Amino acid sequence: MNEKVLMKGNEAFAEAAIRYDCKYYFGYPITPQNEIPEYMSRELSKADGVFVQAESELAAVNMAYGASAAGGRVMISSSSPGFALMQEGMSFLCSVEAPCVIINVSRGGPGIGTILPGQADYYQATRGGGNGDYHLIVLAPASIQESITLIGKAFELSDQYRNPVLILVDGMIGQMMEPVILPDYHSGKQIDKPWALTGTKGIRPPNTIKSVYLKAEELEAWNWHLLEKYRKIIDCEVSYETRNLEDAEIVFVAYGTTSRIIREAMEILEADHIRSGLIRPISLWPYPYQSFDEMSSSTKAVLVVELSQGQMIDDVKIGVNGRFPVSYVGRFGGTVISPEEVASEAKRILGVV
Amino acid sequence: MKTVFEFTKGMTREESIYCPGCTHGIAHRLIMEVLDEMDLLGETIGISPVGCSILAHRYMSVDMCEAAHGRAPAIATGIKRVHPDCTLFTYQGDGDLASIGTGEIIHAAHRGEKFTTFFVNNAIYGMTGGQMAPTTLVGQKTTTTQEGRSELLCGKPLRMAEMIATIEGAVFVERVSLDSPSSIFKAKKVFRKAIEIQQKKLGFGFIEILSTCPTNWGLSPIDSMEWLRTHMIPYFPLGNFRKPGDREMACGQEMGAK
Repeated sequence: MNEKVLMKGNEAFAEAAIRYDCKYYFGYPITPQNEIPEYMSRELSKADGVFVQAESELAAVNMAYGASAAGGRVMISSSSPGFALMQEGMSFLCSVEAPCVIINVSRGGPGIGTILPGQADYYQATRGGGNGDYHLIVLAPASIQESITLIGKAFELSDQYRNPVLILVDGMIGQMMEPVILPDYHSGKQIDKPWALTGTKGIRPPNTIKSVYLKAEELEAWNWHLLEKYRKIIDCEVSYETRNLEDAEIVFVAYGTTSRIIREAMEILEADHIRSGLIRPISLWPYPYQSFDEMSSSTKAVLVVELSQGQMIDDVKIGVNGRFPVSYVGRFGGTVISPEEVASEAKRILGVV
Repeated sequence: MKTVFEFTKGMTREESIYCPGCTHGIAHRLIMEVLDEMDLLGETIGISPVGCSILAHRYMSVDMCEAAHGRAPAIATGIKRVHPDCTLFTYQGDGDLASIGTGEIIHAAHRGEKFTTFFVNNAIYGMTGGQMAPTTLVGQKTTTTQEGRSELLCGKPLRMAEMIATIEGAVFVERVSLDSPSSIFKAKKVFRKAIEIQQKKLGFGFIEILSTCPTNWGLSPIDSMEWLRTHMIPYFPLGNFRKPGDREMACGQEMGAK
């Protein structure tokens, strides 16, 4: 096993991608993810890869589309407003089934917003900002170590399902430093891509990467193909973590950074003899609706904690399905909620003063 | 018996959906003839844009990728990084390249990308039904300039070849026309030259092809050719705007990379 090293989140994401055999990275500067393109510009060529600084996020996602169509293992990254510009590309990548890993180191919005962390891109990530029926696979790590693991998984899923995979982290995880263990070089599993554009070499019929279907029935048939794939992903790729659900009076639901704040809030509540639990979705799409079936009859309330005005709460309500009252507490615009704020909201809901 | 004509090897037998008199068919065939003659069909990847030629992959018998509107040069940039030795072209119309895709084409030229762009300028949006393009001539009637393009409101048409020629990374820039058999022969020679320059990895190659759109111009195919000659060529002069010197051609990439 490799040694533990102290690394900044963004740099660890880039190094992990290299070790999982990412060979092509296209980046455009935007805070708080700049260390990713900077690291890639310095290190990717040493691993026989190629870095290109794109003229815009729009160009970056389309360069990724081209490299992916050509059979390359590709990653791109951005932060909220930049990822907004990439939405056209997300729809196209899904439409033509081009594998690609995308990291959104998200910040407070809307608009230019702030460079400070935020979780307000949940709808965009899970509902899609591009046109048409499509889904990204969305993974939300809560630590730098977990980010490394999920980046490896993201490349695998992306190739396996021929679908883009989004790693949704916030600026907190991108900017902080933690001790991590990196994977070995060449940890990425590779699969054949007979569909890729390589030139026919005169030995096969031409390959076409296409998104247009002029006949409605043809497009419907293609959408059925995509839907069947999405259903398979829903069946096979849900992931989540739970804590103390068996006797919790209140169950928190949070992903990424917020889930770590909750762990401290749970300690505060425990000191006051209040039993609390946590559901932490790791895959945001497909969403772990089934995790709510694990809640016990001792639970009185569900509290969703987000660094947004409350977006994931919609999915929590679907999962809870009316069995428990669901409420929300959060901060946004670049501010971060404290464990004390979370604990006191939990007490207020439970009627404990 | 002596063979006097053969079906172009790089073209499929698919029936074209282009309008009668449209010059896309000529442009497609010239590109494929050049690639065939240079024995490059098996090494070629092409990118077709949003616009009438989105279905170019039905007619061109090489690996092809569709692009979102205007993004072909960015996609080509990605493809070329994975297959640096392939022969790569984008085929783009004037709405695609000169309007929504200006950022991508300027920066592909700026980076000196080693691919060739065929820019089909017919002074109008074809597929969407004849709206004003950045290349629409002053006074030209379109569905969004029904009294004719007003210079006051819309400015004068963009001359893309001249603009691209100001960029250092664009090593070969030329404007050709498809209005007559002699122009077509000249155009084919220019296409070949551009592919040769790409093979030498000297930098970005750009060919603007003056073309007709009889349907949206509201003219017969023959009148369209005449209109191209009398209206387009005076504003969009034919000729070379930039080419590598003999020494660069002989030395290839080392020289061009300086």
